[in-house]
Amino acid sequence: MKKAIFWVVALAVLALLQAGLEGTIGAYYYQIVIYVGINIILAVSLNLINGTTGQFSIGHAGFYAVGAYTSASLLYYGQSMLRGWLSFLPHAAQDVVLLLIGLSAAALAAGFAGLLVGIPSLRLRGDYLAIVTLGFGEIIRVLILNINAVGAARGFLGIPEFSNFFWVYLFALITVVVVYNLVNSSYGRAFISIRDDEIAAEAMGVDTTRFKVLSFVISSMFAGIAGGLFAHFTAFLSPNTFQFTTSFYLIIMIVVGGMGSIEGAILGAILITVILEVFREFGAFRFVNFAVLLVLIMLYRPQGIVGNWSVFKRRGAF
Amino acid sequence: MSLNPGDLYGLIGPNGAGKTTVFNLITGVYTPDEGSIELDGRAIQGRKPSAIAKQGMSRTFQNIRLFKSMTVLENVQTSSHVHKKQGMFDAIMRTRSLKAEEGEIRQSGLELLKIFGLDKRAHELASNLPYGSQRRLEIARALATKPKVLLLDEPAAGMNPQEAVDLMHLIQFCRDKFQLTILLVEHNMKVVMGVCEKIQVIDYGETIALGSPKEIRDDPKVIEAYLGGA
Repeated sequence: MKKAIFWVVALAVLALLQAGLEGTIGAYYYQIVIYVGINIILAVSLNLINGTTGQFSIGHAGFYAVGAYTSASLLYYGQSMLRGWLSFLPHAAQDVVLLLIGLSAAALAAGFAGLLVGIPSLRLRGDYLAIVTLGFGEIIRVLILNINAVGAARGFLGIPEFSNFFWVYLFALITVVVVYNLVNSSYGRAFISIRDDEIAAEAMGVDTTRFKVLSFVISSMFAGIAGGLFAHFTAFLSPNTFQFTTSFYLIIMIVVGGMGSIEGAILGAILITVILEVFREFGAFRFVNFAVLLVLIMLYRPQGIVGNWSVFKRRGAF
Repeated sequence: MSLNPGDLYGLIGPNGAGKTTVFNLITGVYTPDEGSIELDGRAIQGRKPSAIAKQGMSRTFQNIRLFKSMTVLENVQTSSHVHKKQGMFDAIMRTRSLKAEEGEIRQSGLELLKIFGLDKRAHELASNLPYGSQRRLEIARALATKPKVLLLDEPAAGMNPQEAVDLMHLIQFCRDKFQLTILLVEHNMKVVMGVCEKIQVIDYGETIALGSPKEIRDDPKVIEAYLGGA
């Protein structure tokens, strides 16, 4: 019952904000708010594998790209056919169904990519995942650069615009709740035990390979959803969005916020997205901010801004 | 080497004799080149440590390997993962049955900690416990997997004489309460002689003696291995 009330209130608030937000704060700030939401999904999901499970992935942008291009191309090429099947629905409802189909496909594709990358590299201990994910991210980008059907280097134009504040923040909320509940269950304890001591975790009956892959696939799926939401918001995709610098921004977000903390990942996502926007006119020089920020964090608060603190500590959200 | 249910079996030998290696072979950390390891008549060699743990074999480590960022209680709860019934969907949706199961895991974890005198510190970080308590927590964590066979790798290492005596009583108590079969590696002879009913002595990977504590104490080969030939 509490759950139902929570979600009804959440939906109502999101719908209300959706109705009034863009008109109140203007298109520019609205766009930043959307990017913050997408980055929250990315950072919270990356935090599951990097922070909670303790495996170092530096290719999150790759899964983000897989999700974005999968959903974009599915709905770009399949829109008229899908609308034909859905013709019994009113047009606005068709949009919703199409977006959900696109996001599901994005999650599945990114999750499958995560499985392919994860199974060989997570069987081993150590830094293999970092190396493989770095390579994977670049391979995906180079592939996209060479596929004409998705615009190659010119970028992918004319993607149907379905996503907006409501959908981005609904999925941000879903991501946070799912990751929260997972981390605060026996699954979460298994993930954390792998981070703390892999040999001991295995001896206590935790199938470490299986749980590492599980954590990685879940993380990839949410990155895919974030990609779909991004594609259907901007209506334009460029391979440059998915360069490995994007992966590094995401890592900076979770390091600054506090590795392993969901609140930290959210805070980091907001902070880094805003810093990037505020200093936009400085061009490449704005990256100096991050160097300074990271040095300060390492000196004065190595556990991240939030550290181990958590609102719902050990209980789980709705 | 063969253990019967309810045995309290000691494995001793000089440094480098291969005691921990035996442990690692039995628990699946290493795969044996030859020979077989059976649990309840089922071959377990070559299986993953987690699969062997699920069949009812648990262990502690010579150099303490607790989950340092977790609380004392969470360390014990982690082991209960082996027996959980709820799937990932239940965890994500936090269904009623999941909450009930989490409650049970928590309760049995607290009861276990009580036996080990750690219940008052259940919500402290495991890394903040004193050394002796960390050792006891490792045993508690191993027991939370509800094993049939428990392997203790130098449980008394670094303990003072009084702590070691308490530990001996604790080991015997656990064996009787949980109907365990215990295999013990230990350098502290007082503990080994005091608690084990049967002792096997190995050196350079070979068994050099096998018998009751008294027989072992008087065995010339054992004395030679420990003190050097005359």
